[in-house]
Amino acid sequence: MDAHAAKYIGAGLATLGMIGSGIGVGVIFSGFLQGATRNPSAAGGQFTNLILGAALSEALGILAFVLGLVILFS
Amino acid sequence: MADPMEQFRIHKVVELPAIHLPGGLLIDPSITNSTVAMLIAAALVMIFFTLATAKAQVIPGRLQVVGESTFGFIDDLTTGIIGSEGAKYFPFVFTLFVFVLAMNLLGLFLGFTATSQLAVTGTLAAMTIALVLIIGFAKNGLGFFKLFVPSGVPIYMLILVTPIEIISFLLRPVTLALRLFGNMLGGHVALKVFASFVVTLGALAAGGGFGLLGIPGAALSLTGVVALTALEFLVAFLQAFVFAVLTCVYLNDVVNLGHHH
Repeated sequence: MDAHAAKYIGAGLATLGMIGSGIGVGVIFSGFLQGATRNPSAAGGQFTNLILGAALSEALGILAFVLGLVILFS
Repeated sequence: MADPMEQFRIHKVVELPAIHLPGGLLIDPSITNSTVAMLIAAALVMIFFTLATAKAQVIPGRLQVVGESTFGFIDDLTTGIIGSEGAKYFPFVFTLFVFVLAMNLLGLFLGFTATSQLAVTGTLAAMTIALVLIIGFAKNGLGFFKLFVPSGVPIYMLILVTPIEIISFLLRPVTLALRLFGNMLGGHVALKVFASFVVTLGALAAGGGFGLLGIPGAALSLTGVVALTALEFLVAFLQAFVFAVLTCVYLNDVVNLGHHH
Protein backbone atom coordinates (compact mmCIF):
# COMPACT_ATOMS: atom_id res chain seq x y z
CA MET A 1 0.00 0.00 0.00
CA ASP A 2 1.48 3.34 -0.92
CA ALA A 3 1.75 6.11 1.64
CA HIS A 4 -0.87 8.28 -0.05
CA ALA A 5 -3.60 5.67 0.28
CA ALA A 6 -2.63 4.98 3.88
CA LYS A 7 -3.01 8.68 4.61
CA TYR A 8 -6.60 8.74 3.37
CA ILE A 9 -7.46 5.57 5.30
CA GLY A 10 -5.85 7.01 8.43
CA ALA A 11 -7.79 10.26 8.11
CA GLY A 12 -11.01 8.31 7.77
CA LEU A 13 -10.18 6.16 10.78
CA ALA A 14 -9.31 9.22 12.86
CA THR A 15 -12.78 10.67 12.36
CA LEU A 16 -14.29 7.51 13.91
CA GLY A 17 -13.78 9.31 17.21
CA MET A 18 -16.80 11.40 16.29
CA ILE A 19 -19.05 8.35 16.88
CA GLY A 20 -18.54 8.58 20.61
CA SER A 21 -19.15 12.30 20.64
CA GLY A 22 -22.36 11.83 18.63
CA ILE A 23 -23.63 9.26 21.12
CA GLY A 24 -22.65 11.54 23.99
CA VAL A 25 -24.54 14.54 22.63
CA GLY A 26 -27.54 12.29 21.94
CA VAL A 27 -27.51 11.02 25.54
CA ILE A 28 -27.38 14.57 26.87
CA PHE A 29 -30.33 15.76 24.81
CA SER A 30 -32.36 12.62 25.57
CA GLY A 31 -31.71 13.14 29.27
CA PHE A 32 -32.75 16.77 28.99
CA LEU A 33 -35.95 15.93 27.12
CA GLN A 34 -36.87 13.23 29.64
CA GLY A 35 -36.38 15.65 32.47
CA ALA A 36 -38.09 18.50 30.64
CA THR A 37 -41.23 16.52 29.82
CA ARG A 38 -41.55 15.42 33.45
CA ASN A 39 -41.03 18.88 34.87
CA PRO A 40 -41.45 21.47 32.12
CA SER A 41 -41.29 24.41 34.53
CA ALA A 42 -37.67 23.60 35.42
CA ALA A 43 -36.59 23.08 31.80
CA GLY A 44 -35.87 26.71 30.93
CA GLY A 45 -33.37 27.16 33.75
CA GLN A 46 -31.31 24.19 32.57
CA PHE A 47 -30.83 25.43 29.01
CA THR A 48 -27.33 26.80 29.73
CA ASN A 49 -26.29 23.52 31.36
CA LEU A 50 -27.70 21.60 28.40
CA ILE A 51 -25.69 23.61 25.88
CA LEU A 52 -22.62 23.42 28.11
CA GLY A 53 -22.78 19.64 28.34
CA ALA A 54 -23.37 19.29 24.62
CA ALA A 55 -20.44 21.62 23.87
CA LEU A 56 -18.07 19.79 26.21
CA SER A 57 -18.81 16.34 24.78
CA GLU A 58 -18.83 17.72 21.24
CA ALA A 59 -15.32 19.05 21.76
CA LEU A 60 -13.91 15.52 21.73
CA GLY A 61 -15.59 14.79 18.41
CA ILE A 62 -14.22 18.03 16.99
CA LEU A 63 -10.79 16.99 18.26
CA ALA A 64 -11.08 13.77 16.23
CA PHE A 65 -12.29 15.71 13.19
CA VAL A 66 -9.39 18.17 13.36
CA LEU A 67 -6.98 15.25 13.82
CA GLY A 68 -8.39 13.75 10.61
CA LEU A 69 -7.83 17.04 8.81
CA VAL A 70 -4.29 17.27 10.17
CA ILE A 71 -3.53 13.78 8.84
CA LEU A 72 -5.13 14.57 5.49
CA PHE A 73 -3.41 17.90 4.86
CA SER A 74 0.03 17.36 6.35
CA MET B 1 -15.10 18.89 -8.29
CA ALA B 2 -13.86 22.18 -6.92
CA ASP B 3 -11.70 21.97 -3.83
CA PRO B 4 -13.97 22.56 -0.81
CA MET B 5 -10.96 23.85 1.14
CA GLU B 6 -10.41 26.69 -1.35
CA GLN B 7 -12.72 28.98 0.66
CA PHE B 8 -10.38 28.95 3.64
CA ARG B 9 -7.32 30.12 1.71
CA ILE B 10 -5.78 33.33 2.98
CA HIS B 11 -4.70 35.87 0.37
CA LYS B 12 -3.41 39.37 0.78
CA VAL B 13 -5.69 42.24 -0.10
CA VAL B 14 -3.36 45.12 0.76
CA GLU B 15 0.34 44.36 0.72
CA LEU B 16 2.35 46.10 3.44
CA PRO B 17 6.10 45.93 4.03
CA ALA B 18 7.19 43.34 6.59
CA ILE B 19 8.50 44.56 9.94
CA HIS B 20 11.78 43.12 11.16
CA LEU B 21 12.02 42.79 14.92
CA PRO B 22 15.26 42.25 16.81
CA GLY B 23 15.97 38.56 17.25
CA GLY B 24 15.13 37.60 13.69
CA LEU B 25 11.37 37.87 14.20
CA LEU B 26 9.33 38.86 11.20
CA ILE B 27 5.88 40.42 11.34
CA ASP B 28 3.80 40.68 8.21
CA PRO B 29 1.16 43.38 8.77
CA SER B 30 -0.45 42.88 5.34
CA ILE B 31 -4.23 43.12 5.28
CA THR B 32 -5.60 39.71 4.29
CA ASN B 33 -9.16 38.62 3.52
CA SER B 34 -9.32 37.30 7.10
CA THR B 35 -8.49 40.76 8.47
CA VAL B 36 -11.06 42.33 6.16
CA ALA B 37 -13.76 39.91 7.37
CA MET B 38 -12.94 40.73 10.99
CA LEU B 39 -12.90 44.47 10.31
CA ILE B 40 -16.31 44.27 8.61
CA ALA B 41 -17.66 42.25 11.54
CA ALA B 42 -16.34 44.76 14.09
CA ALA B 43 -17.63 47.71 12.06
CA LEU B 44 -21.09 46.14 11.70
CA VAL B 45 -21.29 45.48 15.44
CA MET B 46 -20.32 49.08 16.22
CA ILE B 47 -22.75 50.53 13.66
CA PHE B 48 -25.55 48.29 14.92
CA PHE B 49 -25.14 49.23 18.57
CA THR B 50 -24.66 52.92 17.73
CA LEU B 51 -27.94 52.90 15.83
CA ALA B 52 -29.70 50.80 18.48
CA THR B 53 -28.78 53.19 21.27
CA ALA B 54 -28.87 56.45 19.25
CA LYS B 55 -32.44 57.36 20.09
CA ALA B 56 -32.91 55.52 23.34
CA GLN B 57 -36.49 55.81 24.53
CA VAL B 58 -38.44 54.49 27.47
CA ILE B 59 -40.68 52.66 25.02
CA PRO B 60 -38.04 51.07 22.77
CA GLY B 61 -38.22 50.87 19.01
CA ARG B 62 -37.55 47.68 17.08
CA LEU B 63 -33.79 48.13 16.81
CA GLN B 64 -33.50 49.14 20.46
CA VAL B 65 -35.34 45.98 21.54
CA VAL B 66 -32.86 43.80 19.64
CA GLY B 67 -29.92 45.64 21.18
CA GLU B 68 -31.37 45.57 24.68
CA SER B 69 -32.34 41.90 24.56
CA THR B 70 -28.85 40.93 23.37
CA PHE B 71 -27.50 42.94 26.28
CA GLY B 72 -29.93 41.34 28.72
CA PHE B 73 -29.24 37.85 27.36
CA ILE B 74 -25.52 38.03 28.17
CA ASP B 75 -26.18 39.91 31.41
CA ASP B 76 -28.38 37.02 32.59
CA LEU B 77 -25.61 34.63 31.58
CA THR B 78 -22.81 36.37 33.52
CA THR B 79 -24.86 36.99 36.67
CA GLY B 80 -26.36 33.51 36.42
CA ILE B 81 -23.01 31.72 36.22
CA ILE B 82 -20.54 34.02 38.00
CA GLY B 83 -23.02 35.50 40.48
CA SER B 84 -23.09 39.03 41.87
CA GLU B 85 -19.53 39.71 40.75
CA GLY B 86 -20.45 38.80 37.17
CA ALA B 87 -21.22 42.40 36.23
CA LYS B 88 -17.49 43.18 36.27
CA TYR B 89 -16.80 40.62 33.55
CA PHE B 90 -19.88 41.41 31.51
CA PRO B 91 -18.11 43.76 29.01
CA PHE B 92 -15.53 41.11 28.11
CA VAL B 93 -18.04 38.30 27.66
CA PHE B 94 -20.43 40.54 25.74
CA THR B 95 -17.69 41.73 23.36
CA LEU B 96 -16.55 38.16 22.74
CA PHE B 97 -20.09 36.94 22.11
CA VAL B 98 -21.08 39.72 19.73
CA PHE B 99 -17.78 39.64 17.84
CA VAL B 100 -17.81 35.86 17.37
CA LEU B 101 -21.50 35.93 16.42
CA ALA B 102 -20.87 38.69 13.85
CA MET B 103 -17.94 36.78 12.33
CA ASN B 104 -19.93 33.52 12.20
CA LEU B 105 -22.97 35.11 10.60
CA LEU B 106 -20.89 37.16 8.18
CA GLY B 107 -19.19 33.94 7.05
CA LEU B 108 -22.54 32.73 5.73
CA PHE B 109 -22.93 35.85 3.60
CA LEU B 110 -19.40 36.81 2.55
CA GLY B 111 -17.91 33.46 1.55
CA PHE B 112 -15.05 33.84 3.99
CA THR B 113 -15.42 32.95 7.66
CA ALA B 114 -12.87 34.53 9.96
CA THR B 115 -13.72 32.02 12.72
CA SER B 116 -12.78 29.11 10.43
CA GLN B 117 -9.16 30.19 10.84
CA LEU B 118 -7.42 28.49 13.75
CA ALA B 119 -5.28 31.62 14.21
CA VAL B 120 -8.38 33.72 14.96
CA THR B 121 -10.10 31.28 17.32
CA GLY B 122 -6.76 30.43 18.92
CA THR B 123 -6.13 34.09 19.68
CA LEU B 124 -9.60 34.50 21.20
CA ALA B 125 -9.12 31.37 23.32
CA ALA B 126 -5.62 32.39 24.42
CA MET B 127 -6.95 35.83 25.38
CA THR B 128 -9.73 34.26 27.46
CA ILE B 129 -7.42 31.86 29.27
CA ALA B 130 -4.86 34.62 29.86
CA LEU B 131 -7.61 36.70 31.48
CA VAL B 132 -8.65 33.70 33.61
CA LEU B 133 -5.04 33.22 34.76
CA ILE B 134 -4.54 36.93 35.51
CA ILE B 135 -7.78 37.20 37.49
CA GLY B 136 -7.07 33.88 39.21
CA PHE B 137 -3.65 34.97 40.47
CA ALA B 138 -4.74 38.56 41.23
CA LYS B 139 -7.72 37.48 43.33
CA ASN B 140 -6.39 34.35 45.01
CA GLY B 141 -2.62 34.65 44.85
CA LEU B 142 -1.04 31.22 45.18
CA GLY B 143 -4.45 29.96 46.36
CA PHE B 144 -5.13 29.73 42.65
CA PHE B 145 -3.64 26.24 42.74
CA LYS B 146 -6.54 25.12 44.94
CA LEU B 147 -8.34 24.92 41.59
CA PHE B 148 -6.57 21.61 41.02
CA VAL B 149 -7.37 20.25 44.48
CA PRO B 150 -11.17 20.06 44.82
CA SER B 151 -12.38 20.38 48.40
CA GLY B 152 -14.12 17.44 50.03
CA VAL B 153 -12.18 14.84 48.08
CA PRO B 154 -10.44 12.16 50.21
CA ILE B 155 -6.65 12.42 50.19
CA TYR B 156 -6.08 9.08 48.47
CA MET B 157 -8.39 10.13 45.64
CA LEU B 158 -6.45 13.38 45.15
CA ILE B 159 -3.56 11.39 43.66
CA LEU B 160 -5.93 10.52 40.83
CA VAL B 161 -8.04 13.68 40.69
CA THR B 162 -5.31 16.33 40.70
CA PRO B 163 -3.53 15.18 37.50
CA ILE B 164 -6.91 14.94 35.75
CA GLU B 165 -7.82 18.46 36.87
CA ILE B 166 -4.45 19.80 35.68
CA ILE B 167 -4.78 18.11 32.29
CA SER B 168 -8.35 19.32 31.84
CA PHE B 169 -7.27 22.87 32.72
CA LEU B 170 -4.41 22.72 30.20
CA LEU B 171 -6.78 21.39 27.53
CA ARG B 172 -9.26 24.25 28.02
CA PRO B 173 -7.67 26.76 25.60
CA VAL B 174 -7.13 23.95 23.06
CA THR B 175 -10.74 22.77 23.09
CA LEU B 176 -12.07 26.34 23.26
CA ALA B 177 -10.20 27.21 20.06
CA LEU B 178 -10.79 23.90 18.28
CA ARG B 179 -14.53 23.77 19.00
CA LEU B 180 -15.31 27.04 17.25
CA PHE B 181 -12.78 26.35 14.48
CA GLY B 182 -13.94 22.78 13.88
CA ASN B 183 -17.62 23.63 13.85
CA MET B 184 -17.19 26.46 11.37
CA LEU B 185 -14.76 24.52 9.18
CA GLY B 186 -16.85 21.34 9.16
CA GLY B 187 -20.10 23.14 8.44
CA HIS B 188 -18.69 25.16 5.56
CA VAL B 189 -16.92 22.15 4.02
CA ALA B 190 -20.18 20.17 4.15
CA LEU B 191 -22.01 23.08 2.50
CA LYS B 192 -19.50 23.32 -0.33
CA VAL B 193 -19.41 19.54 -0.87
CA PHE B 194 -23.21 19.42 -1.20
CA ALA B 195 -23.14 22.47 -3.48
CA SER B 196 -20.56 20.81 -5.75
CA PHE B 197 -22.81 17.71 -5.99
CA VAL B 198 -25.47 19.95 -7.58
CA VAL B 199 -22.99 21.14 -10.22
CA THR B 200 -21.46 17.74 -11.05
CA LEU B 201 -24.82 15.92 -11.18
CA GLY B 202 -26.28 18.77 -13.23
CA ALA B 203 -23.40 18.49 -15.70
CA LEU B 204 -24.04 14.75 -15.89
CA ALA B 205 -27.72 15.36 -16.64
CA ALA B 206 -26.80 17.83 -19.39
CA GLY B 207 -25.14 14.91 -21.21
CA GLY B 208 -28.54 13.23 -21.68
CA GLY B 209 -29.23 9.46 -21.70
CA PHE B 210 -28.62 7.73 -18.37
CA GLY B 211 -27.16 11.01 -17.10
CA LEU B 212 -30.71 12.31 -16.74
CA LEU B 213 -30.86 10.24 -13.54
CA GLY B 214 -28.64 12.95 -12.08
CA ILE B 215 -31.53 15.41 -11.95
CA PRO B 216 -33.27 13.96 -8.85
CA GLY B 217 -29.86 13.64 -7.20
CA ALA B 218 -29.08 17.29 -7.94
CA ALA B 219 -32.48 18.34 -6.60
CA LEU B 220 -31.86 16.34 -3.44
CA SER B 221 -28.43 17.97 -3.00
CA LEU B 222 -29.94 21.42 -3.49
CA THR B 223 -32.49 20.66 -0.75
CA GLY B 224 -29.58 19.50 1.37
CA VAL B 225 -27.74 22.80 0.79
CA VAL B 226 -30.80 24.81 1.84
CA ALA B 227 -31.33 22.68 4.96
CA LEU B 228 -27.63 22.83 5.86
CA THR B 229 -27.61 26.62 5.45
CA ALA B 230 -30.47 26.84 7.96
CA LEU B 231 -28.54 24.54 10.29
CA GLU B 232 -25.42 26.68 9.87
CA PHE B 233 -27.32 29.76 11.08
CA LEU B 234 -28.25 27.81 14.21
CA VAL B 235 -24.66 26.62 14.65
CA ALA B 236 -23.33 30.15 14.14
CA PHE B 237 -25.44 31.41 17.02
CA LEU B 238 -24.93 28.33 19.19
CA GLN B 239 -21.14 28.38 18.92
CA ALA B 240 -20.96 32.07 19.82
CA PHE B 241 -23.23 31.29 22.79
CA VAL B 242 -21.11 28.28 23.80
CA PHE B 243 -17.96 30.41 23.65
CA ALA B 244 -19.60 32.98 25.95
CA VAL B 245 -20.91 30.30 28.35
CA LEU B 246 -17.53 28.60 28.61
CA THR B 247 -15.79 31.93 29.17
CA CYS B 248 -18.22 32.55 32.05
CA VAL B 249 -17.67 29.07 33.49
CA TYR B 250 -13.88 29.41 33.36
CA LEU B 251 -14.06 32.88 34.92
CA ASN B 252 -16.42 31.56 37.61
CA ASP B 253 -13.88 28.88 38.52
CA VAL B 254 -11.31 31.47 39.54
CA VAL B 255 -13.61 34.28 40.74
CA ASN B 256 -15.53 32.08 43.17
CA LEU B 257 -12.65 29.75 43.97
CA GLY B 258 -13.36 27.43 46.90
CA HIS B 259 -16.84 28.79 47.67
CA HIS B 260 -20.00 28.53 45.72
CA HIS B 261 -22.25 31.53 45.40
